[in-house]
Amino acid sequence: MKTHWQILVVDDEEVMCESLAAWLREDGYQVDTAMSGRDAVEKARQRDYAIYFIDLKMPGGMDGIETMMQVRTLHPEASIIIITAYATVDTAITAMKEGAQEYIVKPCNPEEISLLVSRIIKVKNLQRENTILRKKLARQYNFHDVISKNPRMQEVMALAHEISSLRSTVLIQGESGTGKEMVARAIHCAGDRASKPFVAVSCAALAETLLESELFGHEKGAFTGAAAQKRGKFELADSGTIFLDEIGDISSKLQCDLLRVLQERCFYRVGGNEEVHVDARVIAATHVNLQQAVADGKFRDDLYYRLNVIEIRIPPLRERREDVPLLARHFMERLGHELGKDVADFSEGALKVLMDYNWPGNVRELENAVERAMVTCRGRLLTEDDFAFLAHNGAKKPWSVPAGMSLQEMEKHLITATLQQTEGNIKEAAQILGIDRSTLYEKLKKYEIPR
Amino acid sequence: MKYFYMGVTAELESVADREAVEAIGDVMGREYGLPVRTVGLGPIDFAYDAGRGQWASIPVLENVLAQCPGDAAKILAVTTRDLFIPVLTFVFGQAQLGGRSAVVSLARLRQEFYHLPPDREIFLERAVKEALHESGHTLGLVHCADRACAMSLSTGVRQIDVKSASFCGPCAARARKAVNVI
Repeated sequence: MKTHWQILVVDDEEVMCESLAAWLREDGYQVDTAMSGRDAVEKARQRDYAIYFIDLKMPGGMDGIETMMQVRTLHPEASIIIITAYATVDTAITAMKEGAQEYIVKPCNPEEISLLVSRIIKVKNLQRENTILRKKLARQYNFHDVISKNPRMQEVMALAHEISSLRSTVLIQGESGTGKEMVARAIHCAGDRASKPFVAVSCAALAETLLESELFGHEKGAFTGAAAQKRGKFELADSGTIFLDEIGDISSKLQCDLLRVLQERCFYRVGGNEEVHVDARVIAATHVNLQQAVADGKFRDDLYYRLNVIEIRIPPLRERREDVPLLARHFMERLGHELGKDVADFSEGALKVLMDYNWPGNVRELENAVERAMVTCRGRLLTEDDFAFLAHNGAKKPWSVPAGMSLQEMEKHLITATLQQTEGNIKEAAQILGIDRSTLYEKLKKYEIPR
Repeated sequence: MKYFYMGVTAELESVADREAVEAIGDVMGREYGLPVRTVGLGPIDFAYDAGRGQWASIPVLENVLAQCPGDAAKILAVTTRDLFIPVLTFVFGQAQLGGRSAVVSLARLRQEFYHLPPDREIFLERAVKEALHESGHTLGLVHCADRACAMSLSTGVRQIDVKSASFCGPCAARARKAVNVI
């Protein structure tokens, strides 16, 4: 949008000033004019112009260069275009040295000036978008926005804040969906590495060899398909933070490589002979009990101790049920904007359903549940009916084979359960089990199952 | 009763120039839904800049406004002189943004200006497009990002040739709204 950007044209000749202003206005910009350097500085104090067109030669003891310097002290990010009718190499060099973005000689071609302005505006639009996104990101991962009144959770956040500016490795443990990455990002954003990259890698998502190349990069020709040198995530996170999610799932070889990075702060790219040094803070996370994995010999103890310098344990949602209504209302408010739905609150019944549910998927599951209910609800109040799917989810517990049973015991249990389901109907039970009625009778007798 | 006025400067003499004025008048009448009248504006020598060998568009525009008849909704002056504003090497025309008057120059619309053989059709098309563009500014329209719209910025004849002799949907809607207020 051009109308967001304001331009100031500074020239002591009124006709010059007004004609350029009129031409730029036809292009949709908001344009003001100033007839002297002092007038321009005064206007710059009152308004933040994106572009300044400043004539080089102006009377009254304040020429274009002086005006530009004063404007730049007020607005260092402003783009300044110096215009002159008397171009010399010296003036051009002086103007550029003092910070002019462009130097044009009048009269200039309309195409030249049009391209110049649209190029500057394009950059300004990108810069503004970047600023907005950065602010949004910082807000999203701000500690103050972590919603919890649970004392354990508040302790977690206090610890995370305390350690945000340290370089020490952090290990975040917590069930899936508790917000491990969110805490990692909050630590990164609150520390002195905030302006540097935060690189997240899910170690469970990739096969061993792929993960190795993903983390450490590779040299050209290191393996089939390695057409060019590639920098790994550790290099990309240099000066910033690398977040290694699901660290418990990495292979023993990678555990060894990772240990070396943590100890030496350097590594080799796959297929490379040259050591690469990095300064990346490591925050690792896992949903498995790493201590247990160490005891079982599945995870290297030396790596565990290296990772576990600072340990953060995020409690599951079922252990901090007091946060459920707070979180649910937060998601309702946020999703209301995103989905364009005007939903005001939860009914008491709905809140009871949410409080009673076990939340195996934790905060992520709660967020999804609120979204699903909001998508399908018809009124302005979310009721227990809108969360009926949770009861269905709860009933469908995943089935697992009970270990330590003989086949015969298993068969007995299966026949008993099937008969209970068919309410003692032998014919129906035999059909479900895929055997003859006579065979079923034999087995009932054998296992002494009452009919 | 309001009229759309075509202001014809004294130096318009050739058949092609007259044809251009006629073609522009037809399009303006259709776009504005107003009867079109023609008024003679006399010579524009007062705007001549000997140093540049061109005519300054701002005094021309002021002069057009001074001669604008009382019953004119808008007035569009047509000249064969090459116009300029001080900071630019030339302009195809100029208008009061959201005002009453505009001026369009035919000088750089001819193929002959670029040392090419004359082409009546191309010349008339360009004249109509630029006249529509400048009159669009008097309706408060600014440059449009749609390269096919008559309101897109043209800094050369190639860009004029690419665009059409009509407004795009959003510009047409804005123009209709502004015309209804007249």
